Amino acid sequence: MNSSKNQPVSERRKFFLDIARAVGLAVLGGLTWSAYLSEVKATSLILRPPGALDENDFLATCIKCGMCVEACPFDTLKLAKPGDNKPLGTPFFEPRKIPCYMCTDIPCVPVCPTDALNIKSLQNKESKLDISKAKMGVAVVDDNSCIAFWGIQCDACYRACPLLGEAITIEYSKNERTGKHAFLKPIVHADICTGCGLCEKACVTQKAAIFVLPRDIALGKAGDHYIQGWNNEDDKRVQDATSEITKTKLSKDGAVKSLNNSKDMEDLLK
Amino acid sequence: MIKKYRFLIARRVTQISIICLYVIANIFGINILMGNLSSSLVLKTVPLSDPYAVIQMAFAGAIISFDILLGAFLIAIFYMIVGGRAFCSWICPVNMITDLANFLRRKLGFNQIQKKQPASRNIRYWVIAISFVLSFIMGIAAFELISPVSMIHRGIIFGLGFGWATMLVIFLFDLFVLKNGWCGYICPLGGFYSLIGRFSFIRVHHNAPNCTACMKCKDVCPENQVLHMVTKTSIPVLSGECTNCGRCVEVCDDDALNFSIKNLKKENKNEVR
Repeated sequence: MNSSKNQPVSERRKFFLDIARAVGLAVLGGLTWSAYLSEVKATSLILRPPGALDENDFLATCIKCGMCVEACPFDTLKLAKPGDNKPLGTPFFEPRKIPCYMCTDIPCVPVCPTDALNIKSLQNKESKLDISKAKMGVAVVDDNSCIAFWGIQCDACYRACPLLGEAITIEYSKNERTGKHAFLKPIVHADICTGCGLCEKACVTQKAAIFVLPRDIALGKAGDHYIQGWNNEDDKRVQDATSEITKTKLSKDGAVKSLNNSKDMEDLLK
Repeated sequence: MIKKYRFLIARRVTQISIICLYVIANIFGINILMGNLSSSLVLKTVPLSDPYAVIQMAFAGAIISFDILLGAFLIAIFYMIVGGRAFCSWICPVNMITDLANFLRRKLGFNQIQKKQPASRNIRYWVIAISFVLSFIMGIAAFELISPVSMIHRGIIFGLGFGWATMLVIFLFDLFVLKNGWCGYICPLGGFYSLIGRFSFIRVHHNAPNCTACMKCKDVCPENQVLHMVTKTSIPVLSGECTNCGRCVEVCDDDALNFSIKNLKKENKNEVR
Protein backbone atom coordinates (compact mmCIF):
# COMPACT_ATOMS: atom_id res chain seq x y z
CA MET A 1 0.00 0.00 0.00
CA ASN A 2 2.72 2.42 1.04
CA SER A 3 4.76 1.89 -2.06
CA SER A 4 1.83 2.45 -4.37
CA LYS A 5 1.00 5.70 -2.59
CA ASN A 6 4.47 7.11 -2.77
CA GLN A 7 5.47 5.99 -6.19
CA PRO A 8 4.42 8.31 -8.99
CA VAL A 9 2.13 6.84 -11.61
CA SER A 10 4.24 5.42 -14.41
CA GLU A 11 4.16 7.07 -17.82
CA ARG A 12 2.63 3.94 -19.28
CA ARG A 13 -0.15 3.84 -16.73
CA LYS A 14 -0.75 7.57 -17.12
CA PHE A 15 -1.07 7.13 -20.87
CA PHE A 16 -3.72 4.44 -20.51
CA LEU A 17 -5.56 6.33 -17.78
CA ASP A 18 -5.66 9.45 -19.95
CA ILE A 19 -7.06 7.50 -22.86
CA ALA A 20 -9.66 5.80 -20.67
CA ARG A 21 -10.68 9.16 -19.23
CA ALA A 22 -10.96 10.83 -22.62
CA VAL A 23 -12.99 7.99 -24.11
CA GLY A 24 -15.20 7.80 -21.06
CA LEU A 25 -15.94 11.51 -21.14
CA ALA A 26 -16.57 11.39 -24.88
CA VAL A 27 -19.09 8.58 -24.42
CA LEU A 28 -20.73 10.45 -21.54
CA GLY A 29 -21.03 13.62 -23.60
CA GLY A 30 -22.07 11.80 -26.74
CA LEU A 31 -24.85 9.89 -25.02
CA THR A 32 -26.25 12.98 -23.32
CA TRP A 33 -26.09 14.88 -26.57
CA SER A 34 -27.74 12.12 -28.60
CA ALA A 35 -30.52 11.78 -26.01
CA TYR A 36 -31.33 15.44 -26.54
CA LEU A 37 -31.17 15.07 -30.32
CA SER A 38 -33.56 12.12 -30.39
CA GLU A 39 -36.00 14.02 -28.16
CA VAL A 40 -35.90 16.95 -30.55
CA LYS A 41 -36.30 14.79 -33.62
CA ALA A 42 -39.38 13.19 -32.10
CA THR A 43 -41.39 16.43 -32.19
CA SER A 44 -43.44 15.70 -35.27
CA LEU A 45 -46.35 18.12 -34.84
CA ILE A 46 -44.82 20.87 -36.92
CA LEU A 47 -45.88 22.47 -40.18
CA ARG A 48 -43.09 23.28 -42.63
CA PRO A 49 -42.93 25.82 -45.48
CA PRO A 50 -44.17 24.75 -48.94
CA GLY A 51 -41.98 22.30 -50.82
CA ALA A 52 -40.26 21.00 -47.67
CA LEU A 53 -38.65 17.57 -47.94
CA ASP A 54 -39.81 14.67 -45.75
CA GLU A 55 -39.36 15.68 -42.12
CA ASN A 56 -36.26 13.52 -41.61
CA ASP A 57 -34.58 14.70 -44.80
CA PHE A 58 -35.65 18.24 -44.03
CA LEU A 59 -34.02 18.15 -40.59
CA ALA A 60 -30.79 16.88 -42.11
CA THR A 61 -30.77 19.36 -44.98
CA CYS A 62 -32.06 22.64 -43.50
CA ILE A 63 -29.11 24.84 -42.51
CA LYS A 64 -31.35 27.11 -40.40
CA CYS A 65 -30.40 30.33 -42.20
CA GLY A 66 -33.88 31.83 -42.06
CA MET A 67 -33.91 33.11 -45.61
CA CYS A 68 -37.36 31.60 -46.22
CA VAL A 69 -38.54 33.50 -43.15
CA GLU A 70 -37.12 36.74 -44.54
CA ALA A 71 -38.71 36.10 -47.92
CA CYS A 72 -42.19 35.48 -46.51
CA PRO A 73 -44.19 38.71 -47.05
CA PHE A 74 -46.85 37.83 -44.46
CA ASP A 75 -44.53 36.91 -41.57
CA THR A 76 -46.14 33.49 -41.66
CA LEU A 77 -42.88 31.61 -41.27
CA LYS A 78 -40.97 31.70 -38.00
CA LEU A 79 -37.67 30.15 -36.95
CA ALA A 80 -38.05 27.89 -33.93
CA LYS A 81 -36.43 29.53 -30.93
CA PRO A 82 -35.59 28.11 -27.51
CA GLY A 83 -38.92 27.68 -25.73
CA ASP A 84 -40.92 26.77 -28.84
CA ASN A 85 -40.16 23.08 -28.19
CA LYS A 86 -39.40 22.50 -31.84
CA PRO A 87 -36.10 21.62 -33.55
CA LEU A 88 -34.13 24.82 -32.96
CA GLY A 89 -33.74 27.23 -35.83
CA THR A 90 -35.94 25.36 -38.29
CA PRO A 91 -38.77 27.25 -40.05
CA PHE A 92 -42.40 26.51 -39.25
CA PHE A 93 -45.78 28.20 -39.20
CA GLU A 94 -48.86 28.22 -37.03
CA PRO A 95 -51.96 28.74 -39.22
CA ARG A 96 -54.28 29.88 -36.43
CA LYS A 97 -51.88 32.81 -35.88
CA ILE A 98 -50.78 33.49 -39.46
CA PRO A 99 -51.66 31.00 -42.22
CA CYS A 100 -49.79 30.55 -45.50
CA TYR A 101 -51.39 32.88 -48.04
CA MET A 102 -50.14 30.79 -50.95
CA CYS A 103 -48.26 33.47 -52.93
CA THR A 104 -48.24 32.50 -56.59
CA ASP A 105 -44.53 33.35 -56.92
CA ILE A 106 -43.71 31.33 -53.74
CA PRO A 107 -40.91 33.67 -52.57
CA CYS A 108 -39.88 31.43 -49.67
CA VAL A 109 -38.78 28.48 -51.77
CA PRO A 110 -36.25 29.68 -54.39
CA VAL A 111 -34.17 31.45 -51.71
CA CYS A 112 -33.46 28.18 -49.90
CA PRO A 113 -29.72 27.60 -50.34
CA THR A 114 -29.78 23.92 -49.40
CA ASP A 115 -32.87 22.79 -51.37
CA ALA A 116 -34.46 21.63 -48.12
CA LEU A 117 -37.39 23.46 -49.70
CA ASN A 118 -37.49 21.62 -52.97
CA ILE A 119 -38.59 23.85 -55.83
CA LYS A 120 -39.14 20.86 -58.14
CA SER A 121 -41.98 19.58 -56.00
CA LEU A 122 -43.86 22.84 -56.69
CA GLN A 123 -43.42 22.96 -60.45
CA ASN A 124 -46.07 21.84 -62.90
CA LYS A 125 -45.42 20.14 -66.23
CA GLU A 126 -44.33 23.40 -67.90
CA SER A 127 -41.91 23.82 -64.95
CA LYS A 128 -43.81 26.87 -63.77
CA LEU A 129 -44.29 27.48 -60.08
CA ASP A 130 -47.62 26.20 -58.86
CA ILE A 131 -48.35 26.74 -55.17
CA SER A 132 -51.43 24.50 -55.33
CA LYS A 133 -49.01 21.56 -55.55
CA ALA A 134 -47.77 22.35 -52.04
CA LYS A 135 -48.31 19.70 -49.40
CA MET A 136 -47.59 21.51 -46.13
CA GLY A 137 -50.19 19.54 -44.23
CA VAL A 138 -53.83 18.61 -44.45
CA ALA A 139 -56.91 20.18 -42.88
CA VAL A 140 -58.89 17.97 -40.52
CA VAL A 141 -62.43 18.69 -39.31
CA ASP A 142 -63.48 17.87 -35.77
CA ASP A 143 -67.18 17.23 -36.47
CA ASN A 144 -68.00 17.35 -32.77
CA SER A 145 -67.11 21.00 -32.42
CA CYS A 146 -67.81 22.11 -36.00
CA ILE A 147 -71.08 24.06 -35.74
CA ALA A 148 -71.99 23.17 -39.33
CA PHE A 149 -72.28 19.58 -38.16
CA TRP A 150 -74.65 20.78 -35.42
CA GLY A 151 -76.93 22.23 -38.06
CA ILE A 152 -75.93 25.88 -37.62
CA GLN A 153 -75.23 27.49 -40.97
CA CYS A 154 -71.53 28.24 -41.35
CA ASP A 155 -69.29 27.91 -44.37
CA ALA A 156 -66.39 30.11 -43.18
CA CYS A 157 -63.74 27.51 -43.95
CA TYR A 158 -65.21 26.74 -47.35
CA ARG A 159 -65.20 30.44 -48.25
CA ALA A 160 -61.69 30.99 -46.91
CA CYS A 161 -60.15 28.13 -48.88
CA PRO A 162 -57.91 29.42 -51.69
CA LEU A 163 -58.80 26.30 -53.70
CA LEU A 164 -62.49 27.05 -53.21
CA GLY A 165 -64.75 24.17 -54.05
CA GLU A 166 -61.81 21.82 -54.61
CA ALA A 167 -59.98 21.31 -51.34
CA ILE A 168 -63.10 21.80 -49.25
CA THR A 169 -66.57 21.01 -50.57
CA ILE A 170 -69.90 21.34 -48.84
CA GLU A 171 -71.99 18.22 -48.44
CA TYR A 172 -75.70 18.80 -48.07
CA SER A 173 -77.74 16.38 -46.01
CA LYS A 174 -81.11 16.55 -44.37
CA ASN A 175 -81.37 17.70 -40.78
CA GLU A 176 -83.68 15.04 -39.35
CA ARG A 177 -84.02 16.92 -36.05
CA THR A 178 -85.87 19.88 -37.56
CA GLY A 179 -87.09 18.01 -40.59
CA LYS A 180 -86.90 21.04 -42.83
CA HIS A 181 -83.28 22.24 -42.74
CA ALA A 182 -80.04 21.02 -44.24
CA PHE A 183 -76.63 20.34 -42.80
CA LEU A 184 -73.88 22.11 -44.80
CA LYS A 185 -71.00 19.90 -43.83
CA PRO A 186 -67.47 20.87 -44.89
CA ILE A 187 -65.54 17.94 -46.38
CA VAL A 188 -61.77 18.19 -46.88
CA HIS A 189 -60.24 16.48 -49.90
CA ALA A 190 -56.79 15.48 -48.74
CA ASP A 191 -55.42 14.95 -52.25
CA ILE A 192 -56.02 18.62 -53.09
CA CYS A 193 -55.63 20.36 -49.73
CA THR A 194 -52.25 22.13 -49.46
CA GLY A 195 -52.40 22.66 -45.70
CA CYS A 196 -52.18 26.43 -46.00
CA GLY A 197 -54.40 26.85 -42.95
CA LEU A 198 -56.59 29.70 -44.19
CA CYS A 199 -59.58 27.59 -43.09
CA GLU A 200 -58.10 27.18 -39.61
CA LYS A 201 -57.56 30.92 -39.42
CA ALA A 202 -61.14 31.61 -40.58
CA CYS A 203 -62.87 29.07 -38.33
CA VAL A 204 -65.37 30.83 -36.08
CA THR A 205 -65.32 28.46 -33.11
CA GLN A 206 -63.40 29.36 -29.98
CA LYS A 207 -60.73 26.80 -30.74
CA ALA A 208 -60.59 25.97 -34.44
CA ALA A 209 -62.81 23.00 -35.38
CA ILE A 210 -60.87 22.67 -38.65
CA PHE A 211 -57.12 22.60 -38.30
CA VAL A 212 -54.04 21.64 -40.23
CA LEU A 213 -51.97 18.63 -39.21
CA PRO A 214 -48.81 17.25 -40.80
CA ARG A 215 -49.84 14.79 -43.50
CA ASP A 216 -47.83 11.98 -41.91
CA ILE A 217 -49.93 12.27 -38.80
CA ALA A 218 -53.37 12.99 -40.20
CA LEU A 219 -53.50 10.52 -43.10
CA GLY A 220 -53.72 6.76 -43.12
CA LYS A 221 -52.56 4.46 -45.90
CA ALA A 222 -54.57 1.65 -47.48
CA GLY A 223 -51.51 -0.16 -48.76
CA ASP A 224 -51.04 -2.24 -51.91
CA HIS A 225 -53.59 -4.92 -51.11
CA TYR A 226 -56.67 -2.84 -51.86
CA ILE A 227 -57.61 -1.75 -55.35
CA GLN A 228 -60.44 0.52 -56.40
CA GLY A 229 -61.72 -1.82 -59.11
CA TRP A 230 -64.28 0.73 -60.31
CA ASN A 231 -61.56 3.32 -60.87
CA ASN A 232 -59.73 2.76 -64.17
CA GLU A 233 -56.62 4.59 -63.01
CA ASP A 234 -56.34 2.58 -59.81
CA ASP A 235 -57.25 -0.65 -61.58
CA LYS A 236 -54.11 -0.36 -63.70
CA ARG A 237 -52.07 -1.27 -60.66
CA VAL A 238 -53.39 -4.82 -60.98
CA GLN A 239 -52.43 -5.18 -64.62
CA ASP A 240 -48.71 -5.08 -63.92
CA ALA A 241 -48.96 -7.03 -60.71
CA THR A 242 -47.17 -10.34 -60.57
CA SER A 243 -49.19 -13.15 -59.07
CA GLU A 244 -47.33 -15.41 -56.77
CA ILE A 245 -48.82 -18.56 -55.31
CA THR A 246 -47.34 -19.42 -51.98
CA LYS A 247 -47.08 -23.03 -50.90
CA THR A 248 -47.29 -23.74 -47.23
CA LYS A 249 -48.04 -26.81 -45.22
CA LEU A 250 -51.69 -25.79 -45.21
CA SER A 251 -52.14 -25.10 -48.90
CA LYS A 252 -50.55 -28.39 -49.93
CA ASP A 253 -53.82 -30.32 -50.16
CA GLY A 254 -56.20 -27.40 -50.51
CA ALA A 255 -57.76 -25.41 -47.71
CA VAL A 256 -60.77 -27.56 -46.76
CA LYS A 257 -58.93 -30.83 -46.91
CA SER A 258 -56.04 -29.71 -44.78
CA LEU A 259 -58.44 -28.21 -42.25
CA ASN A 260 -60.34 -31.50 -41.99
CA ASN A 261 -57.20 -33.59 -41.78
CA SER A 262 -55.45 -31.59 -39.10
CA LYS A 263 -55.77 -32.76 -35.52
CA ASP A 264 -56.05 -29.40 -33.88
CA MET A 265 -55.15 -25.75 -34.30
CA GLU A 266 -51.71 -26.25 -32.82
CA ASP A 267 -50.92 -28.68 -35.56
CA LEU A 268 -51.84 -26.07 -38.14
CA LEU A 269 -49.65 -23.43 -36.68
CA LYS A 270 -46.55 -25.57 -36.77
CA MET B 1 -5.84 55.98 -25.55
CA ILE B 2 -7.69 54.94 -28.68
CA LYS B 3 -4.52 53.31 -29.93
CA LYS B 4 -4.61 51.09 -26.84
CA TYR B 5 -7.99 49.77 -27.92
CA ARG B 6 -7.85 50.11 -31.68
CA PHE B 7 -8.37 46.42 -32.48
CA LEU B 8 -10.95 45.99 -29.75
CA ILE B 9 -12.97 48.90 -31.13
CA ALA B 10 -12.58 47.64 -34.70
CA ARG B 11 -13.75 44.19 -33.62
CA ARG B 12 -16.81 45.48 -31.81
CA VAL B 13 -17.68 47.65 -34.81
CA THR B 14 -17.36 44.65 -37.15
CA GLN B 15 -19.36 42.34 -34.88
CA ILE B 16 -22.16 44.79 -34.33
CA SER B 17 -22.38 46.06 -37.89
CA ILE B 18 -22.60 42.52 -39.24
CA ILE B 19 -25.47 41.80 -36.87
CA CYS B 20 -27.06 45.10 -37.98
CA LEU B 21 -26.78 44.12 -41.64
CA TYR B 22 -28.54 40.83 -40.94
CA VAL B 23 -31.21 42.56 -38.87
CA ILE B 24 -32.03 45.23 -41.47
CA ALA B 25 -32.28 42.51 -44.09
CA ASN B 26 -34.86 40.68 -42.00
CA ILE B 27 -36.85 43.66 -40.72
CA PHE B 28 -36.64 46.24 -43.51
CA GLY B 29 -35.77 44.02 -46.45
CA ILE B 30 -32.52 45.91 -47.15
CA ASN B 31 -30.80 42.88 -48.56
CA ILE B 32 -27.09 43.61 -48.27
CA LEU B 33 -26.53 40.54 -46.13
CA MET B 34 -29.40 38.03 -45.91
CA GLY B 35 -29.73 34.99 -43.72
CA ASN B 36 -27.51 34.43 -40.71
CA LEU B 37 -24.10 33.03 -39.83
CA SER B 38 -25.15 29.50 -40.79
CA SER B 39 -25.77 30.55 -44.37
CA SER B 40 -26.05 33.96 -46.00
CA LEU B 41 -26.44 35.68 -49.30
CA VAL B 42 -24.36 38.80 -49.97
CA LEU B 43 -26.03 41.40 -52.19
CA LYS B 44 -28.48 38.71 -53.35
CA THR B 45 -25.72 36.97 -55.34
CA VAL B 46 -22.77 35.54 -53.38
CA PRO B 47 -23.64 32.59 -51.13
CA LEU B 48 -21.72 32.11 -47.89
CA SER B 49 -22.09 29.07 -45.63
CA ASP B 50 -20.64 27.76 -42.42
CA PRO B 51 -18.26 24.98 -43.56
CA TYR B 52 -18.52 23.15 -40.24
CA ALA B 53 -22.32 23.03 -40.54
CA VAL B 54 -22.06 21.82 -44.13
CA ILE B 55 -19.72 18.98 -43.14
CA GLN B 56 -22.14 17.95 -40.39
CA MET B 57 -24.97 17.98 -42.93
CA ALA B 58 -22.94 15.77 -45.23
CA PHE B 59 -22.41 13.33 -42.35
CA ALA B 60 -26.14 13.47 -41.65
CA GLY B 61 -26.78 12.25 -45.18
CA ALA B 62 -28.15 15.46 -46.68
CA ILE B 63 -27.73 16.11 -50.37
CA ILE B 64 -25.41 19.14 -50.44
CA SER B 65 -26.56 21.75 -52.93
CA PHE B 66 -24.13 23.68 -55.10
CA ASP B 67 -24.97 26.97 -53.38
CA ILE B 68 -23.92 25.95 -49.91
CA LEU B 69 -20.93 24.01 -51.22
CA LEU B 70 -19.70 27.17 -52.93
CA GLY B 71 -20.57 29.22 -49.85
CA ALA B 72 -18.68 26.89 -47.51
CA PHE B 73 -15.72 26.90 -49.89
CA LEU B 74 -15.59 30.71 -49.99
CA ILE B 75 -15.70 30.97 -46.21
CA ALA B 76 -13.06 28.27 -45.75
CA ILE B 77 -10.71 29.99 -48.20
CA PHE B 78 -11.30 33.37 -46.58
CA TYR B 79 -10.39 32.15 -43.11
CA MET B 80 -7.45 30.16 -44.40
CA ILE B 81 -6.04 33.51 -45.52
CA VAL B 82 -6.97 35.89 -42.70
CA GLY B 83 -6.55 33.47 -39.80
CA GLY B 84 -9.14 30.85 -38.98
CA ARG B 85 -10.31 32.10 -35.66
CA ALA B 86 -10.63 35.66 -36.85
CA PHE B 87 -14.25 34.49 -37.06
CA CYS B 88 -14.28 34.02 -33.30
CA SER B 89 -12.95 37.45 -32.37
CA TRP B 90 -14.21 39.58 -35.23
CA ILE B 91 -17.61 38.09 -36.19
CA CYS B 92 -19.02 35.74 -33.55
CA PRO B 93 -21.54 37.45 -31.23
CA VAL B 94 -20.72 35.07 -28.37
CA ASN B 95 -17.28 36.68 -28.27
CA MET B 96 -18.82 39.81 -26.74
CA ILE B 97 -20.34 37.76 -23.91
CA THR B 98 -17.19 35.79 -23.16
CA ASP B 99 -15.01 38.88 -23.43
CA LEU B 100 -17.22 40.57 -20.85
CA ALA B 101 -16.88 37.56 -18.54
CA ASN B 102 -13.14 37.56 -19.06
CA PHE B 103 -12.93 41.30 -18.40
CA LEU B 104 -14.82 40.88 -15.11
CA ARG B 105 -12.58 37.98 -14.20
CA ARG B 106 -9.53 40.18 -14.57
CA LYS B 107 -11.03 43.21 -12.84
CA LEU B 108 -12.56 41.32 -9.92
CA GLY B 109 -9.51 39.15 -9.38
CA PHE B 110 -11.01 35.72 -10.09
CA ASN B 111 -7.88 34.93 -12.04
CA GLN B 112 -5.84 35.26 -8.86
CA ILE B 113 -7.90 32.77 -6.86
CA GLN B 114 -8.20 30.26 -9.69
CA LYS B 115 -4.94 30.16 -11.55
CA LYS B 116 -4.99 26.69 -13.02
CA GLN B 117 -7.83 25.71 -15.33
CA PRO B 118 -8.82 22.09 -14.67
CA ALA B 119 -9.62 21.20 -18.27
CA SER B 120 -7.94 20.45 -21.54
CA ARG B 121 -8.14 22.80 -24.47
CA ASN B 122 -8.41 19.72 -26.68
CA ILE B 123 -11.99 19.12 -25.55
CA ARG B 124 -13.18 21.12 -28.58
CA TYR B 125 -11.56 18.67 -31.01
CA TRP B 126 -13.31 15.81 -29.23
CA VAL B 127 -16.57 17.70 -29.55
CA ILE B 128 -15.96 18.02 -33.29
CA ALA B 129 -15.39 14.27 -33.59
CA ILE B 130 -18.48 13.47 -31.51
CA SER B 131 -20.59 15.90 -33.55
CA PHE B 132 -19.63 14.10 -36.77
CA VAL B 133 -20.38 10.68 -35.29
CA LEU B 134 -23.74 11.82 -33.91
CA SER B 135 -24.64 13.58 -37.16
CA PHE B 136 -24.02 10.31 -38.97
CA ILE B 137 -25.96 8.17 -36.52
CA MET B 138 -28.90 10.52 -35.91
CA GLY B 139 -29.20 11.87 -39.46
CA ILE B 140 -29.20 15.47 -38.31
CA ALA B 141 -26.51 18.16 -38.05
CA ALA B 142 -25.76 17.46 -34.40
CA PHE B 143 -24.03 20.63 -33.25
CA GLU B 144 -26.28 22.94 -35.23
CA LEU B 145 -29.25 21.89 -33.08
CA ILE B 146 -27.56 22.86 -29.83
CA SER B 147 -25.07 25.49 -30.98
CA PRO B 148 -25.26 28.51 -28.68
CA VAL B 149 -23.40 30.48 -31.35
CA SER B 150 -26.11 30.17 -33.97
CA MET B 151 -28.82 30.17 -31.29
CA ILE B 152 -27.75 33.58 -30.01
CA HIS B 153 -27.01 35.02 -33.42
CA ARG B 154 -30.26 33.72 -34.87
CA GLY B 155 -32.05 34.97 -31.78
CA ILE B 156 -30.83 38.52 -32.27
CA ILE B 157 -32.06 38.51 -35.88
CA PHE B 158 -35.22 36.40 -35.73
CA GLY B 159 -36.39 36.52 -32.11
CA LEU B 160 -34.62 35.31 -29.01
CA GLY B 161 -37.13 33.25 -27.01
CA PHE B 162 -35.28 31.63 -24.15
CA GLY B 163 -32.00 32.35 -25.95
CA TRP B 164 -31.16 34.86 -23.23
CA ALA B 165 -30.79 31.92 -20.86
CA THR B 166 -28.17 30.44 -23.17
CA MET B 167 -26.31 33.75 -23.13
CA LEU B 168 -26.44 33.80 -19.34
CA VAL B 169 -25.27 30.20 -19.06
CA ILE B 170 -22.21 30.92 -21.18
CA PHE B 171 -21.51 34.13 -19.27
CA LEU B 172 -21.73 32.48 -15.86
CA PHE B 173 -19.74 29.46 -17.02
CA ASP B 174 -16.92 31.67 -18.26
CA LEU B 175 -17.05 33.91 -15.21
CA PHE B 176 -17.21 31.32 -12.45
CA VAL B 177 -16.33 27.88 -13.79
CA LEU B 178 -13.64 28.05 -16.43
CA LYS B 179 -11.66 31.02 -17.73
CA ASN B 180 -12.51 31.34 -21.43
CA GLY B 181 -14.41 28.11 -20.91
CA TRP B 182 -16.75 28.23 -23.88
CA CYS B 183 -14.56 29.77 -26.58
CA GLY B 184 -11.25 28.35 -25.39
CA TYR B 185 -12.19 24.82 -24.43
CA ILE B 186 -15.55 23.60 -25.69
CA CYS B 187 -16.80 25.40 -28.80
CA PRO B 188 -16.25 23.03 -31.75
CA LEU B 189 -16.79 25.85 -34.22
CA GLY B 190 -13.75 27.60 -32.77
CA GLY B 191 -11.94 24.28 -32.89
CA PHE B 192 -12.87 23.86 -36.51
CA TYR B 193 -11.59 27.31 -37.40
CA SER B 194 -8.41 26.54 -35.43
CA LEU B 195 -7.82 23.63 -37.79
CA ILE B 196 -8.55 25.76 -40.86
CA GLY B 197 -6.47 28.67 -39.57
CA ARG B 198 -3.31 26.63 -39.21
CA PHE B 199 -2.06 27.86 -42.57
CA SER B 200 -3.27 31.45 -42.47
CA PHE B 201 -1.02 34.32 -43.53
CA ILE B 202 -1.93 37.01 -41.03
CA ARG B 203 -0.08 36.35 -37.79
CA VAL B 204 0.99 38.09 -34.63
CA HIS B 205 4.77 38.29 -34.66
CA HIS B 206 6.87 38.44 -31.51
CA ASN B 207 10.04 40.50 -31.34
CA ALA B 208 11.86 39.12 -28.30
CA PRO B 209 14.60 41.79 -27.93
CA ASN B 210 11.93 44.44 -27.34
CA CYS B 211 10.10 42.35 -24.75
CA THR B 212 10.33 43.43 -21.11
CA ALA B 213 8.49 40.38 -19.81
CA CYS B 214 5.63 42.40 -18.32
CA MET B 215 3.25 39.54 -19.25
CA LYS B 216 0.37 41.86 -20.01
CA CYS B 217 -0.13 39.98 -23.29
CA LYS B 218 -0.48 36.60 -21.58
CA ASP B 219 -2.84 38.13 -19.07
CA VAL B 220 -5.20 39.46 -21.69
CA CYS B 221 -4.92 36.65 -24.25
CA PRO B 222 -7.95 34.31 -24.39
CA GLU B 223 -5.76 31.50 -25.73
CA ASN B 224 -2.52 32.28 -23.91
CA GLN B 225 -0.93 28.93 -24.70
CA VAL B 226 -0.30 30.27 -28.22
CA LEU B 227 2.01 32.96 -26.77
CA HIS B 228 4.52 30.39 -25.51
CA MET B 229 7.39 32.18 -27.31
CA VAL B 230 6.95 35.48 -25.53
CA THR B 231 10.24 36.68 -23.94
CA LYS B 232 12.05 33.75 -25.56
CA THR B 233 12.22 33.73 -29.35
CA SER B 234 11.30 36.05 -32.19
CA ILE B 235 8.84 33.89 -34.10
CA PRO B 236 5.28 34.39 -35.25
CA VAL B 237 2.35 32.90 -33.35
CA LEU B 238 1.85 29.83 -35.48
CA SER B 239 -0.93 28.03 -33.60
CA GLY B 240 -4.31 28.00 -35.30
CA GLU B 241 -5.87 28.56 -31.91
CA CYS B 242 -4.82 32.23 -31.96
CA THR B 243 -7.98 34.25 -32.64
CA ASN B 244 -6.15 37.21 -34.21
CA CYS B 245 -8.03 39.46 -31.82
CA GLY B 246 -5.01 41.73 -31.49
CA ARG B 247 -5.40 42.35 -27.75
CA CYS B 248 -1.79 41.35 -27.14
CA VAL B 249 -0.64 43.84 -29.76
CA GLU B 250 -2.65 46.58 -28.08
CA VAL B 251 -1.53 45.98 -24.51
CA CYS B 252 2.14 45.63 -25.41
CA ASP B 253 3.91 48.86 -24.43
CA ASP B 254 7.25 47.78 -25.85
CA ASP B 255 6.40 47.12 -29.49
CA ALA B 256 7.28 43.46 -29.04
CA LEU B 257 4.10 42.12 -30.67
CA ASN B 258 2.74 43.14 -34.05
CA PHE B 259 0.60 41.81 -36.86
CA SER B 260 2.51 40.70 -39.92
CA ILE B 261 2.08 38.54 -42.96
CA LYS B 262 3.72 35.20 -42.45
CA ASN B 263 5.77 34.71 -45.61
CA LEU B 264 6.70 38.37 -46.01
CA LYS B 265 8.30 38.33 -42.59
CA LYS B 266 10.42 35.33 -43.53
CA GLU B 267 11.77 37.09 -46.58
CA ASN B 268 12.66 40.14 -44.53
CA LYS B 269 14.52 38.00 -42.10
CA ASN B 270 16.54 36.48 -44.90
CA GLU B 271 17.48 39.89 -46.21
CA VAL B 272 18.75 41.04 -42.82
CA ARG B 273 20.97 38.03 -42.54
